[in-house]
Amino acid sequence: MSRVFNRTVASITLRAALGRRRALLLAVPPAILVLVTLALRASHPAAPWPGRILGDFGFTVVLPLTALVIGSSVLGAEIDDGSIVHLLATPVRRSAVIVTKFVIGTAATMLFVAVPELIAGIIATSGDRLQGGQLVTTVGGQIVQVGGNRNLALGLFVGALVGAVFYNALFIMISVVTTRALAVGLLYVLIWEGLLGNFVGGARELSIGQYSLGVANSIAHDPALNATLSLTTALVMGSIVTVAALAVASRRLSLFSLRGDAV
Amino acid sequence: MTTIELADVSRWYGNVVAVNDVTMTIGPGVTGLLGPNGAGKSTIIHMISGFLEPSRGKLTIGGVPSWDNPDIYRTLGLVPERDSVYAFVTGADFVRATARLQQLTDVDGAARRAIDMVEMAEAADRRISTYSKGMRQRIKVAAALVHDPEVLLLDEPFNGMDPRQRLHMMDLLDKLGAEGRTILFSSHILEEVERLSGTIQVIVAGRLAASGDFRAIRRLMTSRPHVFTVRSSDDRLLGATLIGRAAVSGVEVTAKGLQVRASDYGAFCREIAALARDHDVRLLELLPADESLESVFAYLVAS
Repeated sequence: MSRVFNRTVASITLRAALGRRRALLLAVPPAILVLVTLALRASHPAAPWPGRILGDFGFTVVLPLTALVIGSSVLGAEIDDGSIVHLLATPVRRSAVIVTKFVIGTAATMLFVAVPELIAGIIATSGDRLQGGQLVTTVGGQIVQVGGNRNLALGLFVGALVGAVFYNALFIMISVVTTRALAVGLLYVLIWEGLLGNFVGGARELSIGQYSLGVANSIAHDPALNATLSLTTALVMGSIVTVAALAVASRRLSLFSLRGDAV
Repeated sequence: MTTIELADVSRWYGNVVAVNDVTMTIGPGVTGLLGPNGAGKSTIIHMISGFLEPSRGKLTIGGVPSWDNPDIYRTLGLVPERDSVYAFVTGADFVRATARLQQLTDVDGAARRAIDMVEMAEAADRRISTYSKGMRQRIKVAAALVHDPEVLLLDEPFNGMDPRQRLHMMDLLDKLGAEGRTILFSSHILEEVERLSGTIQVIVAGRLAASGDFRAIRRLMTSRPHVFTVRSSDDRLLGATLIGRAAVSGVEVTAKGLQVRASDYGAFCREIAALARDHDVRLLELLPADESLESVFAYLVAS
């Protein structure tokens, strides 16, 4: 068994945090994303909505909230109900527990967000073709120019993959540090990224949503994505956040304490 | 042969002291950690098991600190009090998962052996969510025993067990202790400790109140004065009669009746009915006023 990935921990995590009922629940937001994309593609084939809908709704709502639900539960649920003691009362390295939970959470987020983003991106750009240097599509027998970019689907997919990594590291760390991981995560997503990120330039530099959009835009080159960071900045900052969050989470898990008697 | 050593160990939460300057040595065999609820027993078990850092003092198992030391779990098994197990897996899967986390080579063999020890073979393939509380407790013990640890810690292990399961668990702990393992269990029920262990550590209000052979401490507990509240048809006459008996060390007339301090619990209980009848006094109420475990422990602390 690998020193950083523990298959037994992975198996318990998959069954505890991603049971059938929870998986169905997690499938709802991406299903909405795909359905909205289908509806818009049918009603407004020439409008420049793909970047806005799949970037704004996908990257500022579906991606962070799905990552929050998954990232805060892969470890947080066991801490909340106390079953983590059975895992920690073994010689398994605490860093292996964190890395394993991180890998499972990230993979699940990729499945529930990155794959639907790819599907939605393909739907949104289906039928688009380059003609005379312009991206066009055929509507009612007429050729009309469309917004967006042929690489949009790929950009959204890769951006969501990278975002799943960054977000899960952050939310797993939060779930070890506080018992109110969901509330703290929501505050981060809604207040920091959603509100301050729109008004304060510095907040965007410390926004995982912007790191994900930065990566997506480096491939899609779509102004509608509203990406403000370059690929290099996004990757460097995101990597620092990921490594730091996992290191803090491992250390905090090593110091995990049980409260004693009611005193 | 592994020994648990606590030297001047304290643990506090902010201004609240949960465990105060406790020094004890727990060797092979079964030791009971006895005390009323909230006395600090779980805090001590958590510190010994490496799930709580002592605020002060030194705590070791076999000479090695347990805090921030996951390798200690190769020699230590823990049965936590909280009834939180992975309810979605079968008992056998749970024990096997623990065996894998312990990095055992013969996972299936070790799991089977541990499950047999707690007599859970028949129910092992059922999901834990279908288990009774006693069965959950036993499967937790099986998981804690799967790697054959030298030290086993059990926090209130008999909670939720029916009498037959209790007896079986007691026999199992007796057997494990006789094999030379160091077994420490906590309990607030005197009779559990009495049945199981020759050695006890009594914790009251975070302090070690008594330590050593159970029988000596039990004698101290039973020979203490007991206080009774007595109501009768003539409290003053009954009080005057009682004070002349050797089994009674004091009588006080109160608005609620007599407060009688009995120096000999058994003799007082045997004599009072006959005395009342001889003096034509009708007994209306006879209540032990201090039978709570807390009062027993408070007496121990005072002595």
